[in-house]
Amino acid sequence: MSELGELYQQVILDHNRKPRNFYEMEQATARAEGFNPLCGDQVTVYLKLDGELIKEISFVGSGCAISKAAASMMTQALKEKTKEEAEKLFEQFHRMVTGELDENSEPNELGRLKIFAGVRDYPVRVKCATLPWHTMRAALEGRETASTEDIGPDISSAHISA
Amino acid sequence: MIAAEKDLNAVSEPGRWDVERIRRDFPVLHQTVNGKPLAYLDNAASSQVPQLVIERGTRYLREEHSNIHRGVHYLSQRATSAYEGAREKVRRFINAREARECIFVRGATEGINLVMHGYGRKFVGPGDEVVISEMEHHANIVPWQMLCEEKGARLRVIPMNDAGELLLDEYEALLNERTKIVAVTHVSNALGTVNPVKEIVRIAHARGIPVLVDGAQAAPHLPIDVRDLDCDFYAISGHKMFGPTGSGVLYGKAELLERMNPFMGGGDMIRSVTFERTIYAGLPNKFEAGTPAIASQIGLGAAIDYLNSIDRAAAYAYEQELLRYATERLSKIEGVRIIGTAREKASVISFTVENVHPHDIGTILDQEGIAIRAGHHCAQPVMQHFKIPATARASFAFYNTKEEVDRLAAAIEKVIEVFN
Ligand SMILES: Cc1ncc(COP(=O)(O)O)c(C=O)c1O
Repeated sequence: MSELGELYQQVILDHNRKPRNFYEMEQATARAEGFNPLCGDQVTVYLKLDGELIKEISFVGSGCAISKAAASMMTQALKEKTKEEAEKLFEQFHRMVTGELDENSEPNELGRLKIFAGVRDYPVRVKCATLPWHTMRAALEGRETASTEDIGPDISSAHISA
Repeated sequence: MIAAEKDLNAVSEPGRWDVERIRRDFPVLHQTVNGKPLAYLDNAASSQVPQLVIERGTRYLREEHSNIHRGVHYLSQRATSAYEGAREKVRRFINAREARECIFVRGATEGINLVMHGYGRKFVGPGDEVVISEMEHHANIVPWQMLCEEKGARLRVIPMNDAGELLLDEYEALLNERTKIVAVTHVSNALGTVNPVKEIVRIAHARGIPVLVDGAQAAPHLPIDVRDLDCDFYAISGHKMFGPTGSGVLYGKAELLERMNPFMGGGDMIRSVTFERTIYAGLPNKFEAGTPAIASQIGLGAAIDYLNSIDRAAAYAYEQELLRYATERLSKIEGVRIIGTAREKASVISFTVENVHPHDIGTILDQEGIAIRAGHHCAQPVMQHFKIPATARASFAFYNTKEEVDRLAAAIEKVIEVFN
């Protein structure tokens, strides 16, 4: 299980067991539902915006450990961030899990989200990690749904040539 | 006969299944994945291909490749005769009356769509009804939904119980004078259930309703006799019965196929074309527009040769023993729930593990070299019935072993360890 350790780190398992900000937000100002039609995973992301600022963020849904932990840690990372900062963080996260960003040598704000770097070695799981983020972005843009199939191939580039 | 074909004839004495010997026929099985020997338990998605099929396909590409039905030249004649030879093998395999009743298609999905377009769009009208079952693969749901939407017809669904068995009384009660076709699966890909299709056909025929049977999951396990079943259509995917992708068959009774509209228009499906009018070709060409997957269908013929060369009854008994053993092993693991407990099952076992999503099970098993499927198996209504988002599924072929079942059980125990 040594390789698996990279993917299923204790922190991820912990967020899977006890997801943070896991509730339906009654006073949300924006929300979107995300689907992964390949596996049936579903997540709803709620936002309470104050101008450009994300005052509160939560999620509910059903999915694998990777998607649940990714959603949980995303909500922690985005609280009190601006829309622009959220977009930027998603961009960095996306590049990291698809193997385009080396989180240790290139400047980034990923912080604790670096724990998801291992996902890039599991190309089919990249969508699990990015689904909550795509859904968050849909909510920010005022769309009601996001699907992993509408956003093009989220595949780890590290594996395409291999 | 090529060498591999001769070899095979000696494979098994009646009743005894020499799995090590059989495994040698499947080159793909002999590799390591993530440093562990591959345990391929995803046969219901796609089965593996024996050397015989690989060699037949290679021989076609090296020595016979050409377009069929079109050339007077030597190669075209060889390709045509190999392609039509494969059709005759299919005919015998499913015991159809005539080879022209066996339409080559890309797989079960295309076969069902052919019937939806050719039969459904011609004979189903507003207010009519189409009957399917709760355990259908999306391939046998979506085309009928599209038809019903287009025609203003109604889709009716045969319910199942919590074991995953169709409720035949409810089925019978669904049928009425508006029912234009019944479409049911022979074996469920998500649950393993073997449906009593002969009985289902009999009940529909008593009211003059034709029946399509989705045989994608039955062909790799059960003997198929379309005349005994008396079904009107039977759809098969080659890649699930040890043949190549892109191969498949839609069987239809000749008198029905004759009355149907063509599916696609194009070359090879016509008798004559003018801008005023096209006269369609006879069967099977009417339904085979364009250049087909010639190599694949010839490969399917070789897969049938392979199946004919082994003792299929012994293979089935062996698979059933694997199923029994796996069910017993998995049931003993705390937190494992088996989804699909019908009395009659093919060697498919769907399961969930408490508090662990099937995708995580799939990834961890993959690290152990074990290939299973995780997801909704293109049967979301089945998932809805059991109120689960997805399952993990191990599906066995006659080349799997008890050791692989042991490894599966051990790996599931490891999954539980990681997540608890
Ligand atoms: C029961 C059943 N029907 C239809 C299909 C569709 O087969 P194909 O994808 O080969 O067209 C499948 C494949 O998963 C199946 O299991």
